Amino acid sequence: MAESLIVAEGLRLALPDLNAKPLFGPAPRIEILHGIDLTIARGAVLGIVGSSGSGKSTLGRVLLRLLEPQAGRLRFDGEDITHLPERALRPLRARMQMIFQDPMSSLNPRRRVGGIIAGPLGLHGRDAIPARVDRALDQVGLPRSFRDRYPHELSGGQRQRVGIARAIALEPDFILADEIVSGLDVSSQAQVLALLEGLVRDLGLTLAFISHDLSVVRRLCSHVIVMQRGAVVERAATAALFAAPEAGYTRELLAAIPLPDPDQPWT
Amino acid sequence: MSHLEVRNLSARLKRSGAPLLRDVSLSVEAGQAHGLVGESGAGKSMIGKAVLGILPRAVEITGGTIRLDGTDLLALPPAERRRRIGAGCALIPQDPLTALNPSRRIGGQITDRLVDILGWTPAAALARARALLDEVQIADPDRTLRAFPHELSGGQRQRALIAAAFAAEPKLIVADEPTTALDVTVQKQILRLIARMQAQHGTALLFVTHDLGVVSKVCTTLSVLYAGRVIEDTTVRAFFAGPHHPYAAALLAATPRCIAPDTSLLPVPEAVIAAVRAEVERGDG
Amino acid sequence: MAETAAARRPPVGLRLWLSGGWLTLLATAALLAPWIAPHNPLAQDLMLGRLPPVWMEGAEPGYWLGTDSLGRDVLSRLIHGARIALVVALVAGGLTALLGATLGLLAGYLRGRTDGVISRLVDIWMAFPPVLFSILLVAVIGPGLTAIVVAIVLIDWTRFARVVRAEAMAQGAMDYVASAQIAGRSRLSIMLAEILPNVLPTVVVLLTLEMGIAVIVEAILSFVNLSIPTDDPTWGGMIAEGRTSIHQAWWVLVFPLIALFLTVLAFSQLGEGLKDRYDPVLR
Repeated sequence: MAESLIVAEGLRLALPDLNAKPLFGPAPRIEILHGIDLTIARGAVLGIVGSSGSGKSTLGRVLLRLLEPQAGRLRFDGEDITHLPERALRPLRARMQMIFQDPMSSLNPRRRVGGIIAGPLGLHGRDAIPARVDRALDQVGLPRSFRDRYPHELSGGQRQRVGIARAIALEPDFILADEIVSGLDVSSQAQVLALLEGLVRDLGLTLAFISHDLSVVRRLCSHVIVMQRGAVVERAATAALFAAPEAGYTRELLAAIPLPDPDQPWT
Repeated sequence: MSHLEVRNLSARLKRSGAPLLRDVSLSVEAGQAHGLVGESGAGKSMIGKAVLGILPRAVEITGGTIRLDGTDLLALPPAERRRRIGAGCALIPQDPLTALNPSRRIGGQITDRLVDILGWTPAAALARARALLDEVQIADPDRTLRAFPHELSGGQRQRALIAAAFAAEPKLIVADEPTTALDVTVQKQILRLIARMQAQHGTALLFVTHDLGVVSKVCTTLSVLYAGRVIEDTTVRAFFAGPHHPYAAALLAATPRCIAPDTSLLPVPEAVIAAVRAEVERGDG
Repeated sequence: MAETAAARRPPVGLRLWLSGGWLTLLATAALLAPWIAPHNPLAQDLMLGRLPPVWMEGAEPGYWLGTDSLGRDVLSRLIHGARIALVVALVAGGLTALLGATLGLLAGYLRGRTDGVISRLVDIWMAFPPVLFSILLVAVIGPGLTAIVVAIVLIDWTRFARVVRAEAMAQGAMDYVASAQIAGRSRLSIMLAEILPNVLPTVVVLLTLEMGIAVIVEAILSFVNLSIPTDDPTWGGMIAEGRTSIHQAWWVLVFPLIALFLTVLAFSQLGEGLKDRYDPVLR
């Protein structure tokens, strides 16, 4: 059992730019990730912060092997999964899950909540599925009767909880949370983050938390990496980053947070 | 005299009769920025829409007055009301992507109001549009005027929308969560821009948001809403020095405050929510 | 508010009742034609030619909607004609939907080379003029029900393919598809479990429209005598015959026309009604 759950070395990813595709021939590729190194220790919560276009979402998908990097190495629990074919990845899929940003598009509108949560369970041959679904709903604080509801019958915050329930039902080792509170208002944000905090503690999860807002990662994450234009510009433990940010870009991000203090105008 | 005065405004859903706005009163002085704060569903957007006359069809106003520069808009015949609102008010919308027509160039969308409602000549309107794009600090105004929305970034689109809002020198602008869809660094730029332009043009601003941090940077007075009722209505300074209502205090505690050594983001406690909901419903009927 | 979705389904609306009602009537008529038709549709009796419908002067009892110029009972021919109409509608409509939707789904979800091949195929195929195409087909295969069905399928599958491809592409971009991928579902499984249910409402509506189109195509082909070669009555054939005697016996033309109109209308409304009632995404 490796000490670090996820190790990435020199990850590079380029995606085809379909807007610039000529009539014949392949589309030109744009480099999105320029050699990313990172380590996530077991039980740690890593914040991945950056503005849109920084490549943080793409990095998240590479870590889950939804995308295959062109160069570099990615290890999950010691195993090299950089170029594993989909079939070989399948058993590992139960151990790494994802929660998405948009609760509207992350739940199939034509499936009931119970079915959405149970889907992956059946796939990986778990037993006692209804019991597991119920437990997942309990863990995210939703009533069990929600099993029979459709997503459009729930509020945004409730849908986000269903997404979380779906992710934890498989009891994964690692979860990637991609901007999961960006669309929520302040109070719902706080609720979802508190829920996640509790789950990390109670279930021993390892988490990667992507956000464009540094203030949100403060409470939840033990370490933070800051990304800009496809590269890591700073990495530190959370407290250290907030106390003494080194990179200019990090300082810019910190300064952009609107603090609720009218006596401190923005400079 | 305040430029915008809302008194006892109530509104509800036509079909079910569910109340959306409960006896809302607020006032905005000329040149002043007033914040409307609350969680989603609290009704803050509804007030802005009621003032601008763009309430959804399913909603009807059941009482109250909306005085713009002394005249009650609700008492006017519809055509006259639209004319007054069109001439004196403007909206900075939440989502820059859906607020712009993807098939028309930016220039036309900014000059629309000037040419159609105020009767400017197209040449004069275009010159004004270019000047405004300069004012909102868009890099290449001429190119932007001819560009289509999808050719611009989210921040640029919002700047163009701000330019469009100020184009006809409205006396009142309603900004409906104008930075929710933007990154935190872009948000800062856009908010500073709005604050600067508001000060320069002397426009009254009704600023709808759920973020208390944002309110503290842009507004001088604010109203806090819950379930359609105004819970607290005070100056920003007084509010952040010490909010009165427990719900407002809980909201403040849920707002990020990174510099403080103790971590923030405490969810609003259930007890507080129950109390405020009971209070709001007690005020009905 | 703990009602389930089933409890809150809208009641079966008028639209569904009327369209379903007409189509059920039609289906019953088609199935039981030999027993409920008052007369033999092929029986000619020149003495009884051009009798008006029963409510008009000069009618004979028993010939409810009158007779045509050869003395054949219009109502009986209408009922028997329903058989052809429905068979064509169901078989041709169904096969077109199956072929077109499958190709559209594959192209839209799998993208890449599969999409390239299928899309090019659709583009080229749509360039053929449909009417000429069907006439050519009939000339090659020979007139008959098979030719009609094949003609309709070959011409109209592209309509389904285009629409379903676009929808499948939109669905493929959804996060719940990514979620299924992360869960480890195979691509086939994702296509069937996540994408197909969301594409189905559109397919159902298109299918019912297609059925209406199939009925009209058959009517057109039998109008120009390219439909079934036997004497069996078809609505299009009745319309063709009725054209010549429209001044003396308007009922020979009008009744099959009404039947055709109502059937096509019923199909389209059925599709909309089904979608309204059964699609869980109630807006």
